[in-house]
This record gives sequence, structure tokens and C-alpha cells, in this order.
Amino acid sequence: MTIYLDYAATTPIRPEVLECYVENLKTLGNPSSVHSAGQKVRRALEEAREELASSVNCDRNEVIFTAGGTESNNLAIKGLFWKQRDSDSKKNLIISAGTEHHAVIDPIEWLEQHEGAEVIWLKVNSDGALDFQELETLLELRSQEVALISLMWANNETGIITDIKKVTELASNYSIPVHSDAVAAFGHIETSFKNSGLTAMSISAHKVGGPVGVGALIVARSAKLVSLTHGGGQERGLRAGTMNAPAAKAFALAASKAIEELHAESARLQALRDSLISKVQASAPNAKLTGGASFRMPHNAHFIFEGCSGDSLLFLLDQQGIEVSTGSACQAGVNGPSHVLVAMGRSIPEAYGCIRVTLGSDSTEDDVNAFVNAIPKAIEGALKAGIVNTGAN
Amino acid sequence: MKVLAAMSGGVDSAVAAARAVEQGHEVVGVHLALSRMPGTLRTGSRGCCTIEDSMDAQRAANLLGIPFYVWDFSERFKLDVVDDFISEYESGRTPNPCMRCNERIKFAALLEKGLALGFDAICTGHYASILTDDEGNLELHRSLAVAKDQSYVLGVLTSEQLKHAMFPIGASASKDDIRAEAGARGLSVAQKPDSYDICFIPEGDTQDWLADRLGSTAGEIVDMDGNVLGQHQGAHGFTVGQRKGLSIGKPAVDGKPRYVLAVDVKSNKVVVGPAKALAVKELVGSKFTWCGKPKANAEEFFDALVQVRAHGEQVACQVSVTDEQMVIKLEEPILGVAPGQTAVIYLGSRVLAQTTIDSTVSAVDDFSTASASISQSVNSAV
Repeated sequence: MTIYLDYAATTPIRPEVLECYVENLKTLGNPSSVHSAGQKVRRALEEAREELASSVNCDRNEVIFTAGGTESNNLAIKGLFWKQRDSDSKKNLIISAGTEHHAVIDPIEWLEQHEGAEVIWLKVNSDGALDFQELETLLELRSQEVALISLMWANNETGIITDIKKVTELASNYSIPVHSDAVAAFGHIETSFKNSGLTAMSISAHKVGGPVGVGALIVARSAKLVSLTHGGGQERGLRAGTMNAPAAKAFALAASKAIEELHAESARLQALRDSLISKVQASAPNAKLTGGASFRMPHNAHFIFEGCSGDSLLFLLDQQGIEVSTGSACQAGVNGPSHVLVAMGRSIPEAYGCIRVTLGSDSTEDDVNAFVNAIPKAIEGALKAGIVNTGAN
Repeated sequence: MKVLAAMSGGVDSAVAAARAVEQGHEVVGVHLALSRMPGTLRTGSRGCCTIEDSMDAQRAANLLGIPFYVWDFSERFKLDVVDDFISEYESGRTPNPCMRCNERIKFAALLEKGLALGFDAICTGHYASILTDDEGNLELHRSLAVAKDQSYVLGVLTSEQLKHAMFPIGASASKDDIRAEAGARGLSVAQKPDSYDICFIPEGDTQDWLADRLGSTAGEIVDMDGNVLGQHQGAHGFTVGQRKGLSIGKPAVDGKPRYVLAVDVKSNKVVVGPAKALAVKELVGSKFTWCGKPKANAEEFFDALVQVRAHGEQVACQVSVTDEQMVIKLEEPILGVAPGQTAVIYLGSRVLAQTTIDSTVSAVDDFSTASASISQSVNSAV
């Protein structure tokens, strides 16, 4: 039997969500069709929009369904950048941080390479906390040039949480739009869009017990974005293409369940997670908890195991039936050094030697104990295997 | 045994892994990520190291029902294979990067990691066989498929490495058999084209690739008497025995083609001459290893066979090995042997030893003056 401790990668679909998804897949109709079949599916889609809006705490018109977090981030970043620069050619600066997910870093770097955007990556300290002083000074000096700020709500690898409210308060002094990748945060901690002051927020279904392949970009009604796709003008003209009503319904249901259970579940997982951290630290002297005093996601524990390579640990744990993650994988499945840890100023061997453990709906004390029991043997083997990549080159 | 199957994404390593599974071993597939920037090596299915190759390897592992992982050896590969390749060319020598990869990555870095993680052996899709002699010593032999034999590039393996190596396809008669077997097993890589070139040179143009890294400085192309025949853009881009790409306007007096006889990177000179001046009768190397059990009384010349390139002919020779060097006297001359190349010594089909060639002795007496100057050029480059 395997023990799944990688809920930040994806979550099991909730049985009631699966049922809802399948039921809606059986319904014939294109939501844009005028006839009755079309209207029936349109109704399901709009119900989903309202239900999700309620979970997100936003207006129903602010929900733009997408195919997932990556698409949402691309739409927000490129869409906001182009619109801002169209309105004022001086607005060519994007502010973000090196600890962001690649779904944010890569579209920003693409704009840098293909559209001549200027980018400033804010510094974070060794605990992953953002340097707000740097942001404040930057805005004081160059606010007229800033097209947008994009900062994640919670880090997908380390689980470290950013004070998004503080970011939007600083930005609001200059009317700068702020986007946040809330894929790792939504459904696990409070992420009220209305209270956040954000212009746009990315969320995804499969991180909260929904299906893969559906997400949303929450876009403030006042915000203006350029669409990346052109066709039928669906989703406020921001996302052309036939809307996926069954997936939207499933997402909305999964989100509402997650929000309903949020307080109880986060308290339960936090207690489990804290027990995991203390047990690991007691049995593995070389384990360093990433993030130190930073505010972190309740279900996330992220360690650096000194002298070990993450892929050796992952392999040895997998052999014992325990599924965790090194947190960062490129499309070839290569376990590279974690760019998040590098941005936090950690060394390359440290950035290769981390393991992310994330708990979720089915996690129990037994799972935690299984991990804690398996880790000494894994560390022993991984220390013997050493570190192939040292960053020396 | 717990076996780590190195899976490049090609048909050979997929069938090798399949056979290891069939033999009852507990097999785990691993694909080595060797590029610093995955996906930036060759595109398409020309060789290994692309994302497509990694996915092909994974599909094969899925089909065999074995776990599969991708391990990043890019830093070691760059240090031990790519940088070595560049510096060897920079010194006017001609390295064999596949050999270095076997020596330092597959049967060193990967093997060490595999052993540490609890594996007993590394399984690869090389065409070679490991046999046991009467006393139980392991020996590396040529594969049954002579045309595909890769024992040459495995010549660097020591006894200790042979103990932990498995070449399950060495006993196959031909590549066609392997492809047929892959097809029968339902492996989608059955008809995947073979890889030929150097995996880290995307366009397959070694000279261009080297020029990008080593720069280009104009120098002279001279004949054996020192007469200037033309210009080149960097001596390190040439290799002994090369005929093409010399760009000498004036034909030779005898009208016959000219070949690179020596590369002197110090003076940035390329020496050219007729084919017959390429002939060498003796090879000398100071860095050598035994593959399996060493030969007794090896300091006295003994009969053997030598091969100096991956798919070259073997030539009868007399070999003597002392603590300092290996001397190989050829029964018949070989054309165009460059310092840096590896000479692999065989006893029948068994790989006995290997050395990196430091210097050669010309076989042609008529060119004694010339060969002295060539030899001087070569030695100065070493």
C-alpha cells in the first residue's frame, strides 16, 4: 500500500464531485447555443459561476473559467501587461519575485524576451519572506512605469504565505494592478477576493478535490485585460472557446466543499503537520525546516536534508511506498535544484536536497508515522549516494 | 538482483531492460538527464538526451511494468565529458566522448549512486558480452552482433565495474533481431532511428561547435616541408586523418588528395600530406587500464589485436605493458591515428586493456624527416 503525501501536487477528486462531473458530462448542449439544450447547459455553467463566486467571495461576473492555474496566470500577466502598456507606453515594468511558480516566472520572462518588458524580481530573505521595504521604495521611485505586480499568495513548494493585503495596500496608492497566483492557497487558507484588494487571482480545481483541467482567473470588474485567445468572445471576451460546463460545475462543488471544511480541516492538518515536523526533527538531525519563523500553509512541511540529494530521497521513499515530492520538476521529469530555495539564497546542494510533504483529506497520524519511520533509512541511503550536482559548475 | 536499467529512450536499452526483467531481476529504469538545459540538445529522435527520449524511455518502462525515474547528471556530464572533449581538442587531441561517458558517468557516477541506493548492477543496451573464465574471473567480450559491437567503448571498464555491469543484448546476432524483439514486445521504440553523432552537439557539426567554444584564430596549413599551402580558422578544429574541409586552393603535385597529418595547436599549424604519410606502426600511451584480469608478464611483448576507433578494423599487434606505459607495435600500419584516441587491446574476442594514445611512430621511412617534424608537432601538442 502506498502513502500519498503530495497533496500540493494534486488532490484526490471528492466522490460527490466526481458524481457531479460525470452527471454533467452526460448533458447534451453547447452553453452558447440558443435552443433549449444549450440553455440548460448555460444554466449549469452560470450556477457554477455563482457557486464559485461565493466560495471565492467575489462577484459572479468576476469569475473567468480557464483550463487551470497556468492558463490563468498567463492571462492575468500578459493580459494586464499588454492592456497597461497600450494605455501608457511608459508602463513597461513588471514586479514579481524569484520564488514564484514557473507558471508566473515563465510568462514574465517571455514578456521580457519578446515584448521588451522590464522585470524586477523582489528579494526574499532566507525564510522566504518578501522584502516589503524594497517594494515600497521601488513604488515610490518608479510607480509611473509599473504595469503590474504579480506575487503568489502561498508558495507551492515551501508553503510560505505572503501578506497579499499588504502588497495591494502599497500598490493601491499608485493604482497599480496586482495579480496573485493563489493556486496553492485557495481552499486551504482564507483567500477572500473582495477583501484582498487584488485585480486578478488565479485558482485551480485539482488542488481542492476537483478535476484536473479546469481553473479560473478571478478578474475585478474594473480591471481591463487583453485576451490571449480570440474566437467566440466567451467569458467576458477574455477566454474564447466553448465553455466547459461539466468541469466548471465540478470545480464549483469542490471549491464550496473545501471552503465549508476549511477551518476544521486546516486545524486538523496543521496539528498533524506539526507532529510530523517535530518527529522528523527528532529522528533526523540533518533535517532543516525551510521557512523558519515564516507564516506557512497548514498542510505543508518542507525540509532540506543536508548532504542528501532530493531525487535519492524521493526514490528511497518511493521504494518504501511513500509518495512525496522534491517540489520542483521540469517537463522532462528532471529533479533540478529548487529555484525557490535558490531565490531564498540557499546553496545549490541545499536546493537539490529538499523534500516537500503535503497533507490532505485522507491523511492520518498513521501516514505521518509511516513517513517518520521511513525517513531515517532513506536519509542513510541518500547520504551514501551523496550529491551528484554541487553547483560548482 | 536489484538492477538499475539505464534507459536512453532508444531501442537497445529498452530491450536490455526487458530482458533483465524477464531474467527475474528486480529492475528499476532510470533516464539520465545530461544536458544543463533539458530540451535544448537535439530535437527529434536523433539520439538521446532530448525530452522526447526521456518520454520514450518512460513509455518503455511503463510497458515493462517497472518504476522509472529521471536523474540529473548534467553537471557531472559537463565536467567529465563535455569539458574534457573541449580541452582535448584544445590540446590538439581527438577524444572519444562516449568512452568518457561510460568511464565517468554510466559506470562511475551512476554506478556509485546505484550501489549506494541498494542496487547490485547497472544494465545498459550496449552490444558486448560479459563472460566468466575457468577461474571465475569476469571478462568483457565482443558482442555476437559483430557489426554493432560496442566492446570498444566499454574498454575502459575495470574488474570492479564489470562485476556490476549487465549487457543483456550482447548475445544477440544483430540489431534487426533487437528491433524485431522490441516490436514483438510492443515497445514503441522498435523502429526508432539509431543515434550516430555526439549527443551534446545539436547540429552534428563538431568543427562549428568547437569554434563557438574555443574561438577561431587564423593559422597556416603547411606541408611536411613547412611550405604554406593555405589558411585555416583554428587548428583545434582539425583531426588527424581528416580530408574534407581543408580549403587548399592549389592541388598537390602528384594530384592526390591531402590529409591532416598533425595538428599543432601551440603554433596553430595544421600539417597536411598524402594518405601514405598517415601510416603509423607504433602507438604509445601512458594512461592505461586493464579490463578484467591483467595479463601476466605483460612487460614482455605478446601477441594481441588492437582497435583504435569505435567502428574501426582490428589489427594484429605486439603489446608490452610496463608501469609507465603501453607500447603497441602494429603488424600492419594503420592510417590516421590521432593522439587522444583510445587503443583497445583484444585477445581474440576478449577486451584486455585500453590506453589513451599519447604518441605514434610513422610507418613510412621515406618520410623520416617529415615524420620527425610531425612527431615533434604532435608531442608539443600533448
